[in-house]
Amino acid sequence: MSMLEAAHEIDIDLEGACEGSLACSTCHVIVMDMEYYNKLEDPTDEENDMLDLAFGLTDTSRLGCQVIATPELDGLRLALPAATRNFAVDGYKPKPH
Amino acid sequence: MAISRARAKQLFSRSISSVASNPLHVCVVGSGPAGFYTAEKMLKKHQGAEVDIVDRLPTPYGLVRSGVAPDHPETKIVTNQFSRVAQNERCSFIGNVSLGSSVSLTELREMYHVVVLAYGAESDRALGIPGEDLAGIHSAREFVWWYNGHPDCRYWSPDLKSTDTAVILGQGNVALDVARILLRPAAELATTDIASHALAALEESSIRKVYLVGRRGPVQAACTAKELREVLGIKDLHINIQEADLVKTPADEEELKNNRIHRRVYELLSKAAMSGPSHCYTGQRELHFVFFRNPDRFLDSDDRSGHVAGVRFEKTILKESAGSGKQVAVGTGQFEDFESRLVLKSIGYKSVPVDGLPFDANKGIVPNIGGRVLINSSGDHSQIEGVYVCGWLKRGPTGIIATNLYCAEETIASISEDLETVLAYATSLPKPGREGLLRLLESRNVKVIPFNAWEKIDIEEKRLGSLKNKPRDKLTTWGELLKVAL
Repeated sequence: MSMLEAAHEIDIDLEGACEGSLACSTCHVIVMDMEYYNKLEDPTDEENDMLDLAFGLTDTSRLGCQVIATPELDGLRLALPAATRNFAVDGYKPKPH
Repeated sequence: MAISRARAKQLFSRSISSVASNPLHVCVVGSGPAGFYTAEKMLKKHQGAEVDIVDRLPTPYGLVRSGVAPDHPETKIVTNQFSRVAQNERCSFIGNVSLGSSVSLTELREMYHVVVLAYGAESDRALGIPGEDLAGIHSAREFVWWYNGHPDCRYWSPDLKSTDTAVILGQGNVALDVARILLRPAAELATTDIASHALAALEESSIRKVYLVGRRGPVQAACTAKELREVLGIKDLHINIQEADLVKTPADEEELKNNRIHRRVYELLSKAAMSGPSHCYTGQRELHFVFFRNPDRFLDSDDRSGHVAGVRFEKTILKESAGSGKQVAVGTGQFEDFESRLVLKSIGYKSVPVDGLPFDANKGIVPNIGGRVLINSSGDHSQIEGVYVCGWLKRGPTGIIATNLYCAEETIASISEDLETVLAYATSLPKPGREGLLRLLESRNVKVIPFNAWEKIDIEEKRLGSLKNKPRDKLTTWGELLKVAL
């Protein structure tokens, strides 16, 4: 299950305009811990092309539809750019890209 | 009414209990991404709001239907979300209704508490150079509407047979779309939702060479990586980029340092310039990226007078503009002619003004602050009560579909704030809303197309498409669209 699907399962307002087909950047999420960001497989060219257009892009940004849940990622914390725009998530301040 | 914002809020604050008896009537003009995201957020934020989305076409979705290229179906998936919004019981899509001819802005303001104009940009920027009226010179917008089956361009007929060369002015994503549609083998387009009349014309096209011309350099190219990667990867297409054009100025380096999009685009162009085969075989299709050329005039042809025969370009260099610090193209006095009988201008769209709505002709937008429409663009910040804008009409014709998500958020935030303050009194009074509009339109014999009538068009297009191995075969004339819908 991708993070986009997971968000929708529990009614979190994560946009997914292209429904996971790598044709938009609306499911942009920010990985809050560098340790977890490094566990993820590098984004493909196609994902990076979409990340280019994401609003509030940071060093640890990914597309939610491309991050797939695995046991290894237990404890993964993701911030939604909307939340970080108001710096209202645990006082977390993302580094601008 | 001389009443302070705070007092207004105190007196007329809306409460959930008063809502059912006095719904907030909202009219959104335009059913593209800006219109639909605005409607969606309005419905979500205001549980008592009734939202009507009006469009002059019988079909919804704006440029998602008429702008996104036929070979980019994933970009159109967002219509699923918009369709769900239209099917909300507090929302109605009302197609075939034109602001200006079917109903005026004044009338909409009388019937609705809030009017949001999201009708985009249906015209084109002009170059303003000699020869611009010659036959064979078109805007990219018309070409895109034509291959996407927009009913206004059904009988627009580009001449794709009298020349093998097309010159496209501009290097943004629309320019790349046009180049790609001209150069892709027609057989590959046959299984997309491209309009059948366009497919037929492209099957007989003699265009084999396309020039994508920009005033500035590869560092400033306006396209984005996905589209560029795609066009550079087309099978059997010879790509031509001059290595000399890739040389960067210190200002270029500075621009690239701070801009991930331009960095990755530059890298793709650079790689393509270095790695392509230096010779192409006879008959191979060619795509040339031409930089540092500003169109000076269009050249008339000797044998067919009134028809374009070529473009004269002035070579440019980059100079830093004193005010902005950005690099602008400056003419060098050296000229170069390109022969072509087909020129497509892809230099930007432009919004169309409407009676009763202030318009900033300079910027091509409706003057506004955060989506609140201002009385004029002079700097006096008085607002027009209850009228808002969203999308290209608000920001100018830039950005992607998702840009409208944030644009709508901003406009809705402005509306929400105003509902508690300056609009609190006005919205406490009932208005006829949808009922009033439909009654008015009926008295004018306007045949409205509700969402379920669009669905008939949708089903018919998919059915016709299934006969030709296409996802849909679009209905492309007003007559056909209305016949199936009504």
